[in-house]
Amino acid sequence: MTLSLSVNGTPVEAQVEPRTSLADALREHLMLTGTNVGCEHGVCGACTVLIDGAPARSCITLAVACDGADVRTIEGLDEDPVATALREAFAAEHALQCGYCTPGMLVTARDIVLRLPDAGEPRVREELAGNLCRCTGYVGIVRAILRVLAERKTAG
Amino acid sequence: MKAPRFAYEKPQSLDAAIRLLADGGDGAKLIAGGQSLGPILNFRLAQPELLIDIRTLPELRTVRDEGDAVFLGAGTTHAAIEDGRVCDPTRGLLSAVARTIAYRAVRNRGTLGGSLAHADPAADWVNLMALLDAEIVARGPSGERRLHAAAFVRGPLTTDLAADEIITGVSVRKLSGRARWGQYKFNRKPGEFAEAIGGFVHDPELGMARALVGAIGDAPYVVADAMRLDEPAMHDAVSRAGFADGTYEHQIHFAALKRATAQARGA
Repeated sequence: MTLSLSVNGTPVEAQVEPRTSLADALREHLMLTGTNVGCEHGVCGACTVLIDGAPARSCITLAVACDGADVRTIEGLDEDPVATALREAFAAEHALQCGYCTPGMLVTARDIVLRLPDAGEPRVREELAGNLCRCTGYVGIVRAILRVLAERKTAG
Repeated sequence: MKAPRFAYEKPQSLDAAIRLLADGGDGAKLIAGGQSLGPILNFRLAQPELLIDIRTLPELRTVRDEGDAVFLGAGTTHAAIEDGRVCDPTRGLLSAVARTIAYRAVRNRGTLGGSLAHADPAADWVNLMALLDAEIVARGPSGERRLHAAAFVRGPLTTDLAADEIITGVSVRKLSGRARWGQYKFNRKPGEFAEAIGGFVHDPELGMARALVGAIGDAPYVVADAMRLDEPAMHDAVSRAGFADGTYEHQIHFAALKRATAQARGA
């Protein structure tokens, strides 16, 4: 089937099978390998991307179900101010090691920062429950998100 | 793993979807948000010949006032309920429960109707709608049916829905200003399927006092007259729900029910 959608602001077309996941369409057809595939059943969060502005699991979302959608992957967040602040905070707080979970972590973290500007540590931890990290653990990641939340509060 | 091969249709109306479902027989399966079916397809536990995508059907996105109830379209996402983007007739119970379903990325796509049709015994809506005595509205080739949520689930992953019926929405009674509710869920990690769900709703104006022993591996267990639900009665309810006294399962279900009841009673 021909799939037409917007990926990172650019209209694209791809020939996919109905069974192709959005993650595989991004990685194998559009060569956007920043989106990582982990568990392939919606638990680990590595494949989290934005579909029409909202975080979603690209491993359990069919590509054909995204016809006409606006998809944004980690590659499309280079210029995003919140994602930029998060990348700097992740580096400063040692919030990544192998990097496998990081694209999904950043998409989720950006959603937390934008949707829950008043979140404290317990809420940040609760919201992060759907993204697994097996290297650094969560201390640095939580600290990085709290840092960006605090910076944005100070900046008003 | 990767999903098996299947054909895919995206009908433009509910009637067209019902026709495709009826014509497709056992090989046809509906998909909306895909947050339960997606993993099942990837595990190849389900190998349908045809997927019928009903996620964007406008008929399933409607929310309307029915007087003493509110009809929530089956395509309403958990996140829309969590955020209060749709009316919550229960004065916050639906929204509080929605927030604890899986993870935000799942709640953004997963739907009310999809979760009910899937009927995982540990899922939130099948249990909560039974507690609330809600009606599940289904449409098939021969018209519309309203099913009592408390009797909708027959067993694990098995419902009263006919093979050619589509859940169009849920009718949830409006609780009055005097209503009190409580809900407590045990899971080892936020977002996981529950090990136990306790629920309690008391609305003197509706004459409603119901309690729930949920996530019991089967259809939810509801106490329809829970007006005088004291601790011995809670013990009894958990035993009748199938858990022998003295077991771990009895203990967590009892604790969930007790905490839900305490929350409702403001204790």
